[in-house]
Amino acid sequence: MKYVLMFVETEQFAKELEAMGELEQRAAYEAVGRWFAENADKITHHTHLAPVHTATTVRLGQGEPVVTDGPFVEGKEVVSGFAEVEVADLDEALKLARSWPACPIVEIRPVS
Amino acid sequence: MHEEMSREVLARVVREHAGRLAASLVSLLGDFSAAEDLVQDAVETALRRWPVEGVPERPDAWLSTVARRRGLDVLRRESNYRAKLARLTWPAPAAPDDRLRLIFTCCHPALSRAAQIALTLRVVCGLSTTQIAAAFVVPESTVAQRITRAKRKIGEAGIPYRVPPQEELPERLGEVLAVIYLLFNEGYLSSTAEQAQARDLVDDAEWLASLLANLVPKDPEVAGLLALIRLHRARGGARFDADGRLVLLADQDRSLWDRRAIEDATALLTRAARVHRRPGPYQLQAAIVACHAEAETFADTDWAQILVLYDMLLHLTPSPVTRLHRAIAVRYARGVEAALAELKELGDALERYPLFHATQAELLRGLGRREEARRADERALELIANPAQQALLEQRLAWD
Repeated sequence: MKYVLMFVETEQFAKELEAMGELEQRAAYEAVGRWFAENADKITHHTHLAPVHTATTVRLGQGEPVVTDGPFVEGKEVVSGFAEVEVADLDEALKLARSWPACPIVEIRPVS
Repeated sequence: MHEEMSREVLARVVREHAGRLAASLVSLLGDFSAAEDLVQDAVETALRRWPVEGVPERPDAWLSTVARRRGLDVLRRESNYRAKLARLTWPAPAAPDDRLRLIFTCCHPALSRAAQIALTLRVVCGLSTTQIAAAFVVPESTVAQRITRAKRKIGEAGIPYRVPPQEELPERLGEVLAVIYLLFNEGYLSSTAEQAQARDLVDDAEWLASLLANLVPKDPEVAGLLALIRLHRARGGARFDADGRLVLLADQDRSLWDRRAIEDATALLTRAARVHRRPGPYQLQAAIVACHAEAETFADTDWAQILVLYDMLLHLTPSPVTRLHRAIAVRYARGVEAALAELKELGDALERYPLFHATQAELLRGLGRREEARRADERALELIANPAQQALLEQRLAWD
């Protein structure tokens, strides 16, 4: 089955990352790189998004589309990237998500 | 010509066969939801007909035939399923007990706890939606919706039908044990002397724990939970007086306790502890109950041992409610003042927990501080919203 893992950053996590020294930061990025390399056979596609301050939202439906600055939900948790994976079942997808070395929340959705 | 069938007999027969049939149908069809619908249908038919016609000689064959016939009927468009069902014959070739897979799927962590409970009762134990709703005092539509959503999620999110691999087993077993434990608590705490429910959740919880103990014989926590349930039940005869009121542990007539059952459950616990040196939370809780159960009189209770067990339990699973229970042991092991001091630290965490205030009232009264005791009791009563919770409070006050 195909699933999308949505990586969700929190304010807390962003702060921690910022507070890290250069070496620590590099180690954190390397851990992410290793995760992608180790699971390359299951990952069919992935994207890392630019920071949330670059987001623009368009709301359609009521008259003219309304364009606003910012993400569609203002909150402390923001989606920072996606990975599409091809695995046997939810348990395998869960196993991947559990081993994710970076941001603290991962949402798993099957691709319909 | 048959005698009127008791609810227990009916429940037992259904429980024994419904889960097996569900397990084999899920394997056969490869579709959890479709298989479950067929079993539920067969079970509902059985619940209607068996009380009138009597239980057939081979209930398993009967249920299987009804499910198959129904399947051929409703799955008309699914030619793939029809072909598979057409091959279903009875007696089925000796298959290993597949119910473990069924249990792990129903208690998958991707499902909410409420869904896990409803699904386990329906699929593994063969309860109807009506029976589940009655047992939990919730509208039938709520249960039905919960089950429908859970089944859709199993299918659409790809929740597998299998026993998890060894490295995931402890965690996944933990989910199953939590479901059985909640089921037991719900049945045990809400039960009254005149049991008005169509089915006794306590029976189902014990049955599930014992099924799990057979399927996963080496896990000490499974044995611990089974022992815990059996130890509670062994003292069931003394829990209510002739008028159906709860009797506190200190006042129970211990000659009504089932000594034989207590010995058996204690032996089960000892065997589990012997193999694995580090007892988990269910074994510790069972050991606490065993301490109470082994005391000839309330005065004989080994409070020092109970305190040690509570400390071990708190080390594994810290919780203010467990600390409150421990404080009651402190009262008997070290005195009222010491217990009251323990309670002081819990005030913030348990401000909205009626038992906290009720316990405080008890302790204050023991010290002759009547006015403060009365206020604490009032606060406890304020927090108790309904009779069921009141029963729960009294039950918890029985220190077990």
